[in-house]
Amino acid sequence: MSDLPLLSVRCLDVRFGALAAVDGVSFELWPGEVVAIVGESGSGKTTLLRAIHGFIPPTAGSILYRSDRFGEIELTRLDEPRRRLLARTEWGFVHQNPRDGLRLSYSAGANVGERLMAAGARHWGNIRAQALAWLDRVEIDVARIDDLPRTFSGGMQQRLQIARVLVTNPRLVLMDEPTGGLDVSVQARLLDMLRRLVADLGLSVIVVTHDLGVARLLAQRILVMQRGRVVEAGLTDQVLDDPQHPYSQLLVSSVLAA
Amino acid sequence: MSEPALLVEGLAKTFTLHLQGGVRLPVLRDVSLAVFPGECVALVGPSGAGKSTLLRALYGTYVPQAGRIRVRHHGSMVDLASADPRQILAIRRDTIGHVSQFLRVIPRVSARAIVAEPLIHRGESHQAALRAADAMLARLNLPQRLWHLPPATFSGGEQQRVNLARGFIVRYPIVLIDEPTASLDPVNADIALSLIEDARKTNAAIVGIFHDPAVRSRVATREFALAPIAEAA
Repeated sequence: MSDLPLLSVRCLDVRFGALAAVDGVSFELWPGEVVAIVGESGSGKTTLLRAIHGFIPPTAGSILYRSDRFGEIELTRLDEPRRRLLARTEWGFVHQNPRDGLRLSYSAGANVGERLMAAGARHWGNIRAQALAWLDRVEIDVARIDDLPRTFSGGMQQRLQIARVLVTNPRLVLMDEPTGGLDVSVQARLLDMLRRLVADLGLSVIVVTHDLGVARLLAQRILVMQRGRVVEAGLTDQVLDDPQHPYSQLLVSSVLAA
Repeated sequence: MSEPALLVEGLAKTFTLHLQGGVRLPVLRDVSLAVFPGECVALVGPSGAGKSTLLRALYGTYVPQAGRIRVRHHGSMVDLASADPRQILAIRRDTIGHVSQFLRVIPRVSARAIVAEPLIHRGESHQAALRAADAMLARLNLPQRLWHLPPATFSGGEQQRVNLARGFIVRYPIVLIDEPTASLDPVNADIALSLIEDARKTNAAIVGIFHDPAVRSRVATREFALAPIAEAA
C-alpha cells in the first residue's frame, strides 16, 4: 500500500450554464483501490468521471494525479499532448456502450493492437501475440481475432473493449456503467472477470454505477452522489449496510432482493 | 494478565430511519467490554438486545455515534470507530476475522477461491492459498466434488462450512463469529466448534453469538450480557 494517493480531487465543480452538474466534490483514490460512485441518473456521477478523464473541462477545483512519466501533475491545467499520451498509456476509460470505445470497422485483434501501437508498440508479431493473449484473457474465442466487433454479442463487445483498455497496462481505469446494457447472466460473467483482472493487475479504478450489487462486488469504498454533491462516503459495507444520509437510505432500501 | 486485544469503551449506536420520518432506534448505549487473547466471549441477551449490532460495530461495518473500539493491530491500539477506511481494511486483512451467519455468494466464483481469498489479499501466492483452502474444506467435511463449484446452489449447511473455512483460513488475533453452527448437523457442528476452540487455544480473542446453550457452554469462556434499551419517554 503506497502512502500517497494516485488521484486527489479537490472541490471540483462542473457547471453547464446555471446547472451545477458536479458541485464541490472532493475525494482521493489510492493505488490498488476500487471506488464506486453510485447515485441515480442525473446525480452527476458520469459527468464527474468524464471531467476527471478530461472529456469535459471542470469549471473550478483541482485534480492532482501522480503520473509514472511526469510525476505529480494538475490535470485541470494539463496540455493536450500530454493528456493524450496519458489517455493511451497510463489511463483507460471503459464506456457504458462498447461501441463508443471500439472501432467497429476494425477487426477484434486490430482493436486491441491499435491501442498498443498508439502506446508505441511496433513489432507486428508481438502485437498480434498480445492481442491473442488478451482475447483469451477476456474469454473471447481466439478464432474470432479477425472478425469485426459488430458481429459480436453485447457482452463480447464489452469484454473486447476491456481488453483494448487493459492491454497497455494502465494504472488508472475509469469505468462508466460497465455492465449497464447487458443481460443479467452476461453481467455476472463480466463482473467476475473485472473483479479478477482488477485484483491481478493491481488496478486503481473509479467505477460509476447505479447498481449497488456491482458496487458491493467490485469496490472497497463508495461515494454516494445526489444533485452533483457527494452526500455520503465510506467503506462499501458501511454505506450499504448502515447508510446514514436520507438519500443513501433511499437508494439501499429501493433495491429488490432477488 | 496480558493486554486486551479488543477494548470497547462507552459505545453507543442509534439507527436513524430517515424514510420513516426520522424515527430513532437506540440499540447500544454505553457498552464497555475488554476481550483478552485466549478468551471466547459469548454475547447474550434477548432478541433485539443489540448482539448482532455490537458484532458489526466491532468489524467496523456499523459506525457508532459515541465511544471507542480500540483494537490491538500490529502491536499498537487503533480506534476502529475513528479509523479511516484504509486503516479499517488493513485491520480486517491482518487482525480481525469475521465469520458472518450467511455466505455472500459471488456468481461464478468457486468455493475454494472464496475460501482462499483472504490469504491472497495478504500476499500469499494463489497456489499456496488454494492448497490451504483445500485443506480447510477437507477439515470441514465439504465433499470434494463441490470445491470447484460456485456455492450459490449449495445447501445452507454447505454454505456455512465454506464461510467457516474462509473465516478461519487466516489465524486472526481477533475473531468475530455469528451463529457458526446454526445450519450444521451435529457432526459438522462439532468440527466447527473445534476450529473455534483451536483458535482460542492459539491465543485468538473471540467474540461470538451462540444461541444454542450447549454450544455456548462448550466454546465460551465467559458471557457478556446485553439488554434492550427501554424507549425514552
